[in-house]
Amino acid sequence: MYALKVTTRGECEIVMTRMFDAPRRLVFDAWTKPDLLKRWFGGPRGWSLVECDIDLRPGGRYRFLARHLDGRDMGWGGTYKEVVAPERVVFTEAFDQKWYAGESLITQQITEEGANKTLVTSVLQYDSKATRDAVLKSPMESGVAEGHRRLDEFLAAELAKD
Amino acid sequence: MDVAAVLRYVVFEASVTELTEPFDMSQPAISKHIQVLERAGLVSRSRDAQRRPVKLEAKPLAAANQWIERYREHWEGAFQRLDALLSELQAPHPKKKRGAP
Repeated sequence: MYALKVTTRGECEIVMTRMFDAPRRLVFDAWTKPDLLKRWFGGPRGWSLVECDIDLRPGGRYRFLARHLDGRDMGWGGTYKEVVAPERVVFTEAFDQKWYAGESLITQQITEEGANKTLVTSVLQYDSKATRDAVLKSPMESGVAEGHRRLDEFLAAELAKD
Repeated sequence: MDVAAVLRYVVFEASVTELTEPFDMSQPAISKHIQVLERAGLVSRSRDAQRRPVKLEAKPLAAANQWIERYREHWEGAFQRLDALLSELQAPHPKKKRGAP
């Protein structure tokens, strides 16, 4: 299994890189074909992708809807700006629930690193540093910001004592 | 008032007076926030100098890295499923019926 690298770049970007043991075309398909996306892009534990519509061409739109076991829905979508199969896709992303402000621009570069090795580099560009940091703090509804929330609660409780 | 916002400014040692500037807050108000942060172990204040600068502890500096780490974990789960799918798609004989195209 390869390590996923996540870094920040500049004020407003998140850069993710991950290698996969598969030919580039297959990796591209797994990211852009609804029937394949539904089999892995479920999001965090308990979430699965229930709707996935993709019109993969510049100006085309996509729409995803993820549903949690408890019935909660999370929807998002955007517009493709650039589609160069199987090497690059550029698209906007905005969530229905607005868990971050505005729209982000995502550039996905898929490069061949060998006969059966493919590197995926995703650059996520947000409209401000505050938004970018908010996304890092609470990635989707996965509850992963638990530690931070506990710190918030602790600080709030301490403040209330005064 | 967001305590975390105060924390963000304490990257370099700063006195309470210096901290009042970016926040447009009174010195007692800032002091109160600093006390909270100090109790939480997020900042420390040196005792010797009259200025008593507020210093950020190493732990919260790592907070940004922790955010990145959590984000990474979130995606890592999805990418592990993608690994499995890619290997299934490349297998000459799919193990499961649903693996067939």
